[in-house]
Amino acid sequence: MSLCYPRSKFPLLRGGAGLVAVVAWWLLYRNLESLAKWFSYGLLHLAPGSHLASAVEFFVFELPKVLMLLTLVVFGVGIIRSFFTAERTRLILAGKAESVGNVLAALLGIVTPFCSCSAVPLFIGFVTTGVPLGVTFSFLIAAPMINEVALVLLFGLFGWKVAALYLSTGLIIAILAGWVIGQLHLEKWVEAWVYDTKLATSPGESEAGTSWQGRSQAGIDAVKDIVGKVWPYVLAGIAVGAGIHGYVPQDFMGSIMGKSVWWSVPLAVLLGIPMYSNAAGIIPIVQALLGKGAALGTVLAFMMAVIGLSLPEMVILRKVLKIPLIITFAAVVGTGILIVGYLFNALL
Amino acid sequence: MNIKVLGTGCAKCKTLYAATEKGIAASGASVILEKVEKIDEIMKYGVMMTPALVIDGEVKSTGRIPSTTEITGWIAAATAKGAL
Repeated sequence: MSLCYPRSKFPLLRGGAGLVAVVAWWLLYRNLESLAKWFSYGLLHLAPGSHLASAVEFFVFELPKVLMLLTLVVFGVGIIRSFFTAERTRLILAGKAESVGNVLAALLGIVTPFCSCSAVPLFIGFVTTGVPLGVTFSFLIAAPMINEVALVLLFGLFGWKVAALYLSTGLIIAILAGWVIGQLHLEKWVEAWVYDTKLATSPGESEAGTSWQGRSQAGIDAVKDIVGKVWPYVLAGIAVGAGIHGYVPQDFMGSIMGKSVWWSVPLAVLLGIPMYSNAAGIIPIVQALLGKGAALGTVLAFMMAVIGLSLPEMVILRKVLKIPLIITFAAVVGTGILIVGYLFNALL
Repeated sequence: MNIKVLGTGCAKCKTLYAATEKGIAASGASVILEKVEKIDEIMKYGVMMTPALVIDGEVKSTGRIPSTTEITGWIAAATAKGAL
């Protein structure tokens, strides 16, 4: 009978299937912990309290948990992003005064689809249509730094408080760093040809992506693209994390990455700069280390440096920015990250 | 018909190029397919998110990889337009 549905009922059917999927997701997610216990002790008969048991239990609980969260959030974010385009964001930001513009740009940086390979056309598109340089930077800092993969991993492995801290401090850094760059009036360090670029009037965006079917397809595409790319790193990271969790002695990391060691924050930032898309694999390792005495501020600083100050992105931006501006950008953002690192080491 | 794939050579740009080749083969239209990698050329189309697909000078998609059905649809529409 179901084959006889008229075409108009298809969206309903799709919605129904979506609802079933969400309920199944929720039931499975709620029972992951008991499933992991059953797998480790019921099926494998590991001795409770042994090194191996604690490593295996960690792995079979954390891996599906993180991957399930990642799938759901990336799908949701994919749908949200189908409402925002770079063109629309630029229209909102053009001609906005600094400060208000910085705040808006940082917020829009979270929801506007962004890929660092588009950083150059985006930069040109923004500054040639009247978006102030500092506001453009607020966008360019927030867009990669506050990203759904990092937030999911922080939420899944550290809890919502750490994820919220990351989100809010990341926003503050993007707003303030952009504002500082705006105050310094560094337009002279933008390659001259950028401002001479004649921009065509806004292109007509195709309609296909704006129906509900198009939007849910955008969510599915985002899952395929992002989860498909990061899962090997997550798998490897949680595997190493499980090893540390089970075998490395308690408080081992305290002497290296603990609060009392002042150079741990700058070291974490320096180590983070050359790392790039493999951030997803690093968080689970860091989480396991944190249990062994590393400090949270150091961890947050490391995370932000990995995705907010990436060397490959700076190389890409060299096409439009002169080196002094790239160095200023890295220094301002780096200082913000250092402050966040020290602040949370001192507070928590 | 003239189709351009705009992009500075990232992984997604290659995916779009391959998808476009597939769409052209499926539609059987006679098309000149070009890759545009120079940034000032890309900016002439006002595109801020790469990769982008341009058919006969008109930007069809930006920042995403359209499905093959979408691409063949656009090619068919452009073919009909050209026949008038």
